[in-house]
Amino acid sequence: MSAAPIERRDLCDLQGPPLAAASGVLGAMGLIIQRELRLSFRRPEQLLQPLVFFLIVTTLFPLGLSLQLSLLRDMAPGVLWVAALLSSLLSLDSLFKSDADDGTLDQLALSGQSLTAIVIAKTAAHWLLSGAALVLVSPLVAIALGIPGPVFPVMLLSLALGTLTLSWLGAIGAGLTVGLKRGNVLLSLIVLPLAMPLLIFGAGATDRAISGISSAGALYFLGSLCILTSTLAPFAAAAALRITLE
Amino acid sequence: MWTWFYRLASPPYVYRTAASLIPWLMTAAALTIGYGLIDGLVFAPPDYQQGDAFRIIYVHAPSAWMSLFSYSLMAVAGAIGLIWRIKIGHAVAAATAPIGASFTLLALVTGSLWGRPMWGTYWAWDPRLTSELILLFLYVGVMSLRAAFEDPARGDRAAALLAIVGVVNVPIIHFSVVWWNSLHQGATIAKIGKPSMPGSMLWPLLSMLFGFMCFFGAVLCMRLRGEVLNRERQAAWVRGVVK
Amino acid sequence: MSGFWAMGGYARYVWPCFGLACTVLAWNLWSAHRHHAAALVRARRALEMQDE
Repeated sequence: MSAAPIERRDLCDLQGPPLAAASGVLGAMGLIIQRELRLSFRRPEQLLQPLVFFLIVTTLFPLGLSLQLSLLRDMAPGVLWVAALLSSLLSLDSLFKSDADDGTLDQLALSGQSLTAIVIAKTAAHWLLSGAALVLVSPLVAIALGIPGPVFPVMLLSLALGTLTLSWLGAIGAGLTVGLKRGNVLLSLIVLPLAMPLLIFGAGATDRAISGISSAGALYFLGSLCILTSTLAPFAAAAALRITLE
Repeated sequence: MWTWFYRLASPPYVYRTAASLIPWLMTAAALTIGYGLIDGLVFAPPDYQQGDAFRIIYVHAPSAWMSLFSYSLMAVAGAIGLIWRIKIGHAVAAATAPIGASFTLLALVTGSLWGRPMWGTYWAWDPRLTSELILLFLYVGVMSLRAAFEDPARGDRAAALLAIVGVVNVPIIHFSVVWWNSLHQGATIAKIGKPSMPGSMLWPLLSMLFGFMCFFGAVLCMRLRGEVLNRERQAAWVRGVVK
Repeated sequence: MSGFWAMGGYARYVWPCFGLACTVLAWNLWSAHRHHAAALVRARRALEMQDE
């Protein structure tokens, strides 16, 4: 409860002169990223929850299947990726929700700054806090699943590209479902089918690296998916917000 | 010259015209599907490799084609509603969704039943099958999203946006057999030049395809009338129609 | 004639396919009809409320 007044004071940082007078689009985006990071670090438990969820889900598979480590290694990329996907979905719900609830989102939309730029800033901040964190934690999980060390660079790169793509896709889903009752279930329903190709190539890249085959093709595909969504998703997400906010 | 185009945006015109189209489309569907079934099941010779199992193509291929066609239609209609704010677009998109979803389900199940004798498995995670399954999930997502909004106009717009985002899946499904090593066979009809099928097998297939299209058109007209009524409940022209 | 029903041994794959296809086509017709009927009912009700 004590966090709420602080957040509203933070809102005042954005209202009026600072945001409207921000030196162009990049200035405004910088302000928003700073705000997101500041707000999130005030509630560190909200940052840690998706990461803990990630760790727990990856633990569920070996427990449920009680495989030897060598067999687990075959499944490891898929398990890692499914866990990353699910924990990303968990954190996506909060992308626009708290701002929509207290009216900040409406303020941002009215501020005169490009809604697309605002979406880019918020999504970038969200990825830094959730996706990048996931990538940093992944080596721990990889060791627990028996993924061999030499594969780590491919794994980290594929996770980095994948979580970024997922953040973009999730921004579209979050924009469409913000303010809906049971919006988080619908969010998953919308984002998961779009994320399936991502899962196939992301897990496939690590899988190939483990088998010793070149994972370059899969990584290139992941990269192109990432670029595609990075360039198109912000517009779609901004359009989604315009639909839900009007 | 453009009056016919403007008339398409008029709800009462669409309501009346759809009603008059239904009997024609249903008759055409019945005739072509009837012929296709008889010729395909009885007179077409059994395949050299697959025997009589190949006859599943007469329902599998048309339903797969319809699943792609109706998603594309749904996306285009939604875009027309979203970008140009022509409400009929949203009505068409809403009407198409459940029809397309049912055809997608039919394509998946008939494909699965065909896969068992042909490939030895009911399912494989190959690109075409997987992306067709994703298409089904996209249909469900679009329908759920539309239904989740209390304001139907907002629901229409959100669903239209999602349909447009998901339309990227349609070319993926179509070209998956070209781009990847797929278990699923490649293009049979659409190849430029000679199709890979002999005429005795091809004609019933084309007839079934045409029949499914006519059937789709008829059912779409039926659903569209309901969707138009739902969106235009308050309008004056409804009074004359409903009484 | 029995050869026709046997479908060269593949009967248990072929006939369910065609049966399902008939079911899906029938469902589409029934569902569309029901949808339109429900829309008519709702429209009538809305007009009645307007007239009051």
